[in-house]
Amino acid sequence: MDILFLLIPVSVVLALAVMAVLAWAVWSGQFEDTESEAERILQESEPATSLEHTAPAQD
Amino acid sequence: MSAVLSPAYISVSQQGWAASRATAYNDKVVRQFAVMAVVWGVVSMLVGVFIAAQMAWPELNFGIPWLSFGRLRPLHTNAAIFAFGGCALFATSYYVVQRTCQVRVISDKLAAFHFWAWQAVIVGAAISLPLGYTRGKEYAELEWPIAILIAIAWVAYAIVFFGTIGLRKVRHIYVANWFYGAFIIAVALLHIVNAAVMPAGWMKSYSAYAGVQDAMVQWWYGHNAVGFFLTAGFLGIVYYFIPKQAERPVYSYRLSIVHFWALIFTYMWAGPHHLHYTALPDWTQSLGMVFSLILLAPSWGGMINGVMTLSGAWHKLRDDPILRFMIVALSFYGIATFEGPMMSIKTVNALSHYTDWGIAHVHGGTLGWVGFISMGALYYLIPRMFGQKTMHSIAAIELHFWIATIGIVLYIAAMWIAGVMQGLMWRAINTDGSLTYTFVESVKATFPFYVVRFFGGLLYLSGMLVMAWNVTMTALAGRPSEAAIPTALAHA
Repeated sequence: MDILFLLIPVSVVLALAVMAVLAWAVWSGQFEDTESEAERILQESEPATSLEHTAPAQD
Repeated sequence: MSAVLSPAYISVSQQGWAASRATAYNDKVVRQFAVMAVVWGVVSMLVGVFIAAQMAWPELNFGIPWLSFGRLRPLHTNAAIFAFGGCALFATSYYVVQRTCQVRVISDKLAAFHFWAWQAVIVGAAISLPLGYTRGKEYAELEWPIAILIAIAWVAYAIVFFGTIGLRKVRHIYVANWFYGAFIIAVALLHIVNAAVMPAGWMKSYSAYAGVQDAMVQWWYGHNAVGFFLTAGFLGIVYYFIPKQAERPVYSYRLSIVHFWALIFTYMWAGPHHLHYTALPDWTQSLGMVFSLILLAPSWGGMINGVMTLSGAWHKLRDDPILRFMIVALSFYGIATFEGPMMSIKTVNALSHYTDWGIAHVHGGTLGWVGFISMGALYYLIPRMFGQKTMHSIAAIELHFWIATIGIVLYIAAMWIAGVMQGLMWRAINTDGSLTYTFVESVKATFPFYVVRFFGGLLYLSGMLVMAWNVTMTALAGRPSEAAIPTALAHA
């Protein structure tokens, strides 16, 4: 089953990559205000908050 | 004026596309993929009904090689998954990524290339498969020149999708985009690893892997294709289009995030459950079974999250057939993701494997989950792509829903019963140790169920034809249009 020497490392590397992306998402504040993000798509035609306005809270 | 500036939809078609280039979304590519999803849906289901008839009445093979079951069956699966399902995913993902990022796609030319390259792949499949060109790998039959075109089209898609996310004017990346993004990356990886071949002519090649190694790669690919093409991508549709159609935010946005990360962390190793009791090492089989069982948790979390989005607004299901398509799709997602882990248990698999139970399971997932969520999203999208508020006929959507639902129930109930019956007949042993039934006796016993399955499929196809008529009428009544990007943001 030599193929497992390819498939298992691929899966492990992939899991590490997923973890890295998750870490980025958490630390960059992607999940800080989930409730208003869920609402936002329903107000599409309204002017949405701009990049500046949604910067991470300073406190 | 009020019609043009309706809150949900702002049409800029009257001002001409050239002027709206920077201020409007690219809805052309969305419209093209959405319309082709309907066209390929009809084609794939037509082929499906024909081969279902061949199972009941083998005379329908007519002795013509190009029409034989063995060649048309991969045409059916490729058309249903990659043509119908693929076009639905591309249409919705381009729509969602632009709306949630509030920016036009990064490159109109590359998006157009993606559309035309993908149609070329589908036409290539429709010609080469009936001619008998195949790599012999399930859901990866297309020979190497077409496989390379798939890879090129996919890279174009990835550049457009992720490039657009990179340009986003909204800091937060909406959860649907995560699902679409995982689908794009995973399918690229799976396709490249499983399509590794040594060409031996223009339409002939040999796999880079041999024997059980090849089987392992194939089902690592095959099951993850189910996980990322037929699940993650369509969950992107769930998390955008169900809230939009229900006009309520998703029940728990936090749960949707947990759903996403749990699903992609655990999916990759479920594949070996397709190879129970084979030459694959026993521990690998057990590993596949364990990961398959774990998958039940995130799958049901997501299913409940989607259904509960209607919490407090259940009455909408009574009046809105589009929402009904979407919620019934989630119910089938729940059924399929419960049934799958159960079938991956080795003792259950000993009964279910190689029987029509597998066909029941797959079609619960494809007709019920993938088909219904796509149809719901297309009914939402298509009127908006032609500057209309709703589809030409709501009654026709209602009709489509009921015909298709009855069709699915007939289809999967017949195949469930046939599958369990086959499994029991094949394992039945007399007291002296000899087999109770010959194989052909089980085939004969399955005949009535094949007939019922054929009628179930015919109903499902009929529903799709109603949809095609409804889409045609909607398109003829309207005109292609593009929606404006909210202006306050365009200057931000």
